[in-house]
Formats: sequence, C-alpha cells, structure tokens
Amino acid sequence: MLRFIVRRLLQLIPTLGGLSILLFVWLQRLPGGPEYALLPDDATAEQRAALRRSLGLEEPVAVQYLAFLRRITQGDLGTSIQTGRPVLEEFLLRFPATFELAVTAMLIAVTAGLPLGYLAARRRGTVLDFAAVGGSLLGICTPVFFLAFILKVIFAERLGVFPSAFRLSPGLSRTDITGFVVLDGLMTREWDVVTDALAHLVLPGLALASIPLAVITRMTRASVLEVMGEDYVRTANAKGLHRTTVRTRHVLRNALLPVVTAVGLLAGSLFAGAVLTESVFAFPGIGSFVYEATQNRDYPVLTGFILLIATMYVFINLLVDISYSLLDPRVRAQ
Amino acid sequence: MTTSTPLLAVDELSVVFHRKGQGETRAVDGVSFTLEEGRVTGLVGESGCGKSVTSLALMGLLPDRGVKVGGSALIRLPDGEQDLLKVSQRRMRDLRGSQLAMIFQDPLSSLNPVVPIGVQVTEILSRHRGMRGAAARREAADLLQRVGIPDPTRRLGEYPHQLSGGMRQRALIAMAVACRPKLMIADEPTTALDVTIQAQILELLRDLVTEEGTALLMITHDLGVVAGLCDEINVLYAGKAVETAPRGPLFADPAHPYTVGLLGSIPRLDAPRGEPLTPVRGSVNDNIAWADGCAFAPRCDHYTMECLQGPPPLVGASGDEEGPGHIHRCVNPVGRAGPDRPEPETPAAASEEERG
Repeated sequence: MLRFIVRRLLQLIPTLGGLSILLFVWLQRLPGGPEYALLPDDATAEQRAALRRSLGLEEPVAVQYLAFLRRITQGDLGTSIQTGRPVLEEFLLRFPATFELAVTAMLIAVTAGLPLGYLAARRRGTVLDFAAVGGSLLGICTPVFFLAFILKVIFAERLGVFPSAFRLSPGLSRTDITGFVVLDGLMTREWDVVTDALAHLVLPGLALASIPLAVITRMTRASVLEVMGEDYVRTANAKGLHRTTVRTRHVLRNALLPVVTAVGLLAGSLFAGAVLTESVFAFPGIGSFVYEATQNRDYPVLTGFILLIATMYVFINLLVDISYSLLDPRVRAQ
Repeated sequence: MTTSTPLLAVDELSVVFHRKGQGETRAVDGVSFTLEEGRVTGLVGESGCGKSVTSLALMGLLPDRGVKVGGSALIRLPDGEQDLLKVSQRRMRDLRGSQLAMIFQDPLSSLNPVVPIGVQVTEILSRHRGMRGAAARREAADLLQRVGIPDPTRRLGEYPHQLSGGMRQRALIAMAVACRPKLMIADEPTTALDVTIQAQILELLRDLVTEEGTALLMITHDLGVVAGLCDEINVLYAGKAVETAPRGPLFADPAHPYTVGLLGSIPRLDAPRGEPLTPVRGSVNDNIAWADGCAFAPRCDHYTMECLQGPPPLVGASGDEEGPGHIHRCVNPVGRAGPDRPEPETPAAASEEERG
C-alpha cells in the first residue's frame, strides 16, 4: 500500500511539470506585459524596456522558465495587482470560506444523489425514475449562475427564508480560530454563529451542488442497474441471502466503485464552480476574489488560481486512486 | 427408476416471457421430469432449448416482471411436500441455499469480486445455520477443504481474482453444499474450465452426490459430461423434453432423431484426419411451434407429414429391451420402424413455409 502511494506521488512530478510549462507558456502569450500594468500610460519606450530588463524578461526563455519554476515551487505566486498583497496569502485567507461551501455542496450532492440514483435504479421505469433522470438532465443543463440567481430571488428576496449574501449576518460577533466559521462556532459553542453560518451556506451550497448532484444521481443509477444484472448478484440470491444483504454487500459495494471516481473529479470541479456561485451570493471566498480579478485583469491572481485548481485536481485524483485501491482488491493487486 | 416418491417431481413446467412490443416467447413449453436422491439427472440440449430457464424457474430466480411460470414442481421437504412454483418469495429465500442450491456456469463472474471468499462462504452459514464469527470461519475452512481447496484458511481471506478457475468453481460448490441441500442444480458448471479441471469438478460433484444423497440436476450441452455423470437424461428441444432415458439406453439406442443428431455430432478422436464434423443441420431458430407439430421437424432427416399434425405425444420406446424408463416424443423414432409403417422417407413438399 505504501509503495503504491509513493509510486503515485512520484508520478505526480511529470504531471505537475507539464502543468508548469503550460502555465508558463500561457503567461508568455498574455497580451500586455507588466511594463504596461506597472508603469503609467505615458511612460516612454525606454522606460518600459528598462523595466523588462530589470524584471528579467529579456533573458532566454529557458532561464525565465527556471526562475518561474523556482518561484512557484517556493509558493510565490506573485503579488495581486488589486490588493498589492501576495496572491498565496490572499488565497489562504479566503480558502476556508470556499472550502466550507464546497464541502456543503458535496454533502448535499452525495446525500441526495446516492439514494436518488439507487431508488431510480430499483424502481426503473416508474415516475420516480423519470423524475430523477429528467431532473438530473435539467441540473446538468442549467448554468450555475442562472440557478444561483433563481434561488436567490425566490428563497432570499421573495420568501426571505435564507440570507442572500455573505458568510454571516452583519453584526454577529464570532471568535476566529481556524477561519472555518462553522467549525469555530462548534468549537466555541457559539450556536447562534453555527446556525447563522449554516443558513448562509444553504443557497450557495444548493447552487454549487446542482451539477455534482445530477452527475452522481445518473452515475449511481446506471451503475446499480448494471450491477443488479451481474452473475454474482444472482449467486447471492441463489444462496437465499436476505434482500438487505444482497443489496448492500453485493449490489452497492460494487455499484459505488465508479461513483467514488466521479465524486473525486466533481470535488475538484467545485472550486472552479465556486467562482460564479460565490460572486452571485457575495460569498467572501476564493471564487469571488477570482471573479473580481478577471474583471481587473489581475493576472497573478488568475495564474495562481489555475495553478491551485490544477494542483488540487492532481491531488484529488491521487486520493481517488488510493481510496479505489482500498475499495477494490483487483486494483490493489496490480 | 425407484418406486418411492421422487424428491422433486416437475410436471408440465412452462415459462413464458412477455416483452413490451413483442409477442410472447415460450422458453419452456411443458417439461416434466423427476429427481431422485443420490442420483444425477441430466438436462441436455443446445443453447436456447430452455434448460437454464428451467433451472432458474425451479430456483425462483426468474425476474418478477414479464414472466409467467406454469405447471408444478413438487418437492419433498422435511416439513412436507411443497410446490416450488407456488411458495412465497420469503419462503423461497429460506429454501434457497439451505434446501436448494445452484452452481453456475462462469465461476469468475458468479463470485463477488470485492468480497473475500471467506465472507462469501460464511454469509450462507450465518444466513441458514445461524453460525457466527470463528465458528463460521472454521466451518467455511472445512467446506473449502472438503471440495479440495488446499490451504483453506489462507484462501478465506483471498479474493476471487486470486484463485484459479478450478478453485473458484470449487469455492462456489463449497457454498452450494454448505447447508447440505436436498437438491442441487448445476448449470453447465464445467463450461468455463479446462478439460482436466472439468474432470476433477465432475468427480467432485459425483462424490458429493454419493456421500450426501443429494439429488443433482445437471444442465449441460456436453454429452461427454452426460456420459460420465448422469444416471437419467432428459433431452430438451425448443422447450420440451423430446427423449428421456437412463444413461445406458440413451447412448446405446437413442430413439429421437434429435438425440441421434446430438450423439452423431460429437467429434471422435479415432475419426480419420480431415473428416468433416456432422452437425445437426439448421439452427434452433428453424422451429415450428409445438402446437403445429414437432418443433424439430424442419431440421429432421426423418420427418413425414405425420410430424406436422399437432404435437407428437410422449411414447414409450418400442421393443422391450430399453426398460420402462425410456420415453420419447417422436412419431418416426430412429431404428424403430414398426411393421405397420414403412421406413421414414423425406418428402420435399412440406418445407420452407412451415419454418420460423
């Protein structure tokens, strides 16, 4: 098991290396270098050239790439043009908010998607099945920002059942320990903070959960249907096992394997999806920060965000592979 | 045949599949046979003749929807006689695994790939014999030992993909015999195995039948298996039994042209090199409905107009040499041209439009 993990970790090196090259090329190709962003519009061509030299932009590409590589491996993602502070620092400051939102969305997607997909498969061809399949199609097709707006208009503005913006109601005092509002509230037993923070997570969480929920529902349904037709399920029935044993040990154990992969990949996509959701709900996470960065051409933030998402994908993939090998003995053997 | 009541008496079993948008398919069309304790009964026929569907019907493993099962299957149980086709699903779950067991064709796909062998054996022990924990594991190891799996304690913790094909089938047999069932059904248990392993598995089944007095229903298309294992043989064609006989008479003196064709199609080691095989011509799709006549007629070399006048009745094989157990469903049985009937000829008339 340990050898497996070490081998997979070593395999990350070429992946991340390739990623750094892509990112570097993207940076090189961006229109308008820093000499335009940093100097005033009336600067002379000589001044711009001098700045380029002093920033090392006239060096050979290979030298520049190595410098770039050294910077990002040391965690230096540059300085945000909007705030003038290091990009990594800004990300770390906002990470807990986005993480809380992503976890909420994933919890909603998994706790609703698995039972829904399973029931749709068991009751194949019934109204429930059609509703699940049709609803998930709608969930995949609806743009997240559109759904977010609809949710906000109906539940926050018309019905007023959930707050429409921010992580906490204004004026509510809280103790900051970890940056995770719900976690801090639980640790300090400030129950009003916990419930208020959870209420703020409901609408953005639902909006962000729509696509993972739809994908998990469909995958679970398809997978359960396939496994129910397997020979070993017939064997389990031929042994006279109780229905619940057949359904859990023999059907679900196998049917959930592909769903685990899907959940992992979806978890990676949640951070990208958070950009739109957070901006609609003015949720102070990485997403809304990046949304502002796109509007202000804050390139260091954008490249940093791409690097962050790509790295997360790579590590989530690793986690999926590890959990897969724990769940499926056939993978372990290879 | 013994004179006591049989363990299982299947009478006029029929299975009809209904599919939306399509007509009904009669997969099994009135099959009758009996099983005796300590004896092996074969159900023989080519793909699509209804042999597997027969076994699934007896086990209650056919899908709930779109299937109609008719006839009866009376089984003698410790608590009285019951019709397997009529008992409740709950009762059937109690019977499966404990009184009835089944061994399937492909041992790899028939085992759960992500559950250790040990759990797959002990789960049947805890379900039907209430065994738990260490006792269940000990019994499971004993069972594996009994079916010839070496180092059984280690095997309990292994997964199906770590076992060889023969080991997997042995493990499945261990599960089948775990509760000493009265009746065991083996659906082509050796098809997916090497010939040498086949022989070992058949020997194992034979031993279990002899030692435990289990009745074994052997479903196969392989006449070699039949010759080596079965006491009684039912030859199925298009959902009906066309010939039933003890092993000896069936091989020595087959009456139905289909049986003759099956026997003739076995490749022989002593045949001259390059000699073509002699298959039964046509395919199982070239049938006519049993209601209109003999379903095998379109493929038969012996058929006459008589064959197309309604379903042929079951008759005892003519002559006294076969004994009472030999019956068939042919109006022109092979080698039995009676004095009142001329040798069968093959008219070209009733042919193409009768098909399909």
